[in-house]
Amino acid sequence: MAPLRLFYPYDRTVGAVIGRFLTSLAAKKIEGTRGVDASVHVPPLEFDPATGAALTEWVAVSDTGLVLTWSWQPEPFADNTLQQPFAWALILLDGADTPMLHAVRVASVSDMSTGMRVRAVWAAEPTPSITAITCFEPEGAHG
Amino acid sequence: MRDVAIVAYIEGQNTSATTLSPVEMIVPVVHEILNRANVQRSDIDFWCHGSCDYMTGQPFSFVSAVDALGAWPPIMESHVEMDGAWALYEAWVKIQTGEANTALVFGNGKSSAGDMNRALTLQLDPYVVAPLWPGFRSLEAMGARAAIDAGTVTERQMADVVSRSLRDAADNPNVLAYGYRDADELLDEPMTANPLRAHDCPAMADGVAAIIMTTADRALEMCDRPAWIRGIDHRIDFQNLGLRDLSRSNSAALASFHAGVTKDKVDVAELHATYSHHEIILAQSMGIDRSTTRMMPSGGALVANPLMAAGLARFGQAARQIFKGDADRAVAHAAQGACLQQNIVAVLEGN
Repeated sequence: MAPLRLFYPYDRTVGAVIGRFLTSLAAKKIEGTRGVDASVHVPPLEFDPATGAALTEWVAVSDTGLVLTWSWQPEPFADNTLQQPFAWALILLDGADTPMLHAVRVASVSDMSTGMRVRAVWAAEPTPSITAITCFEPEGAHG
Repeated sequence: MRDVAIVAYIEGQNTSATTLSPVEMIVPVVHEILNRANVQRSDIDFWCHGSCDYMTGQPFSFVSAVDALGAWPPIMESHVEMDGAWALYEAWVKIQTGEANTALVFGNGKSSAGDMNRALTLQLDPYVVAPLWPGFRSLEAMGARAAIDAGTVTERQMADVVSRSLRDAADNPNVLAYGYRDADELLDEPMTANPLRAHDCPAMADGVAAIIMTTADRALEMCDRPAWIRGIDHRIDFQNLGLRDLSRSNSAALASFHAGVTKDKVDVAELHATYSHHEIILAQSMGIDRSTTRMMPSGGALVANPLMAAGLARFGQAARQIFKGDADRAVAHAAQGACLQQNIVAVLEGN
C-alpha cells in the first residue's frame, strides 16, 4: 500500500453573511440572522429556509446555551479543537432559535446530559473561523 | 410513463480491505450481470455509475471506471457523485425520456482506502461544520440520541434491529458481520460513540453492486419475474443540522409518499439503514409497519456497508425478493448525507 495523506488546503470565499459571522467570532461575539418568521438562526442563514427571502437583520446572541442533543467522541481526530475524549452537541444559544454544532469539553461522558447548560470557551487568539470558539464547557466550570 | 423493471442484480464480494483496484473490482461484476440477463454489451443503451472521489482521494476517479465497461464502440454513460441508487434514478429518467431502453447501473466503493468516518466530513458545510471535523459517526450518534430523547426510538429496539440483522446475515454469504446474539447480550456491551455501541454501527466494506433495468418490450427476455418500478422519488432535507428534527426524516417521508409506499401492503422492505436506529426512524417516517413487513432479509447495510454501493444493493436485494417470488410488493430505499438527509424510495412489484 502507498499512503496518500490528503489535506484540505482551501481558502473558501465566505460571502457577506458567513463573513460577518466569522469576523464577529474573532471579536468574541456571536451573531445570527432573523428569519421571516422572526426565528433567529445561528450560524446565520443567508436566505430564509421557508420563503427564500434574503435575511439582512442581525441579532446578537449569548455565548451560553442549552444542549439539545449530544454524542460522545471517544478518540479525537488530529484536527479537532480538543485532543481528549469529548462530546459533540447541538447547542441552542440563549437568544437563538436554531442550534449550532460544536464540541463540549467535560471530564467524562457521565458529565453530559441533554438539557445541560454550557458556555463558550474562546480561543486565546480568536481567528475569523468557527474554531474561534475552542469548545463549550458546562456553565460554572473553570474556563 | 414507460413501464421499467429491474431484471438483474449482481453484487461483488464484499471484503473488509481488498487489494484490487476499483476497475478490477468492477470488471467481473459487469461481466457476470450481462451473463445473468443473457445480454451483450451492445444491448446496453446507457451505463450509469455512482461513486465518490473523496473515498479514493483522486479527482475524476470515476473516469477510470469506464475502462471496466469498454468504451469502444462509443457508449452513452454518466456518473453521479452519489450512491449507485441515484445512478439508477438517472437511468430511470433516461429511459423515461426514450433516449434509452436498457441500462446498466452500478455503484462501487473502497471504504478501506482511508478513514471514511473522517473523510465524509468533507461532504458537510465547509464554513461552520467541516472545520470542526465532527466525523459522520458522531453526527449519527447525535441523531440517535435525539430520537431516544424524543421517545421514538429505544435502545432495546436498536438492539433488536442488530440481533435480527446479524441473524439474517448468517444466510447471506456476502456479509462482514453475522451471528446469533440476543438483545440482552448486545445491551450489555459498552457504548462507544455514546449512545451508539459498536454493533449499532455498520460493518464497512469494499464492494460493487450492479443492476440492469429495461422496458416492458424486453423485460421478460431477461428475467422470469421482473421487479417493476411502480413508483420512485427522491427528496433532500436542509444541510443545516440545526434546522432539522434529527429524530425523524422529513425527506424520507416525502419520498415515500410520492413513491406510493403506503398505497398497498409492503411485503418486504430493504432500507439503507447504516446505523441501527436508522431503520426505526425510516420506518416511522415512511409509514412502514415493521411488525408486518419483512425488514432487510439480506441483513442490510449494518452487516455489509460498501459505501456508494450499499444503497443500490438495497434496490437489488428488494428486486431479488420479487425475482424469487418471495414478495409481490417490495420497498427499496437509499440514503446519503448526515442523519438521513437525502433519501430515494422506490416501490417494486412483481405484477
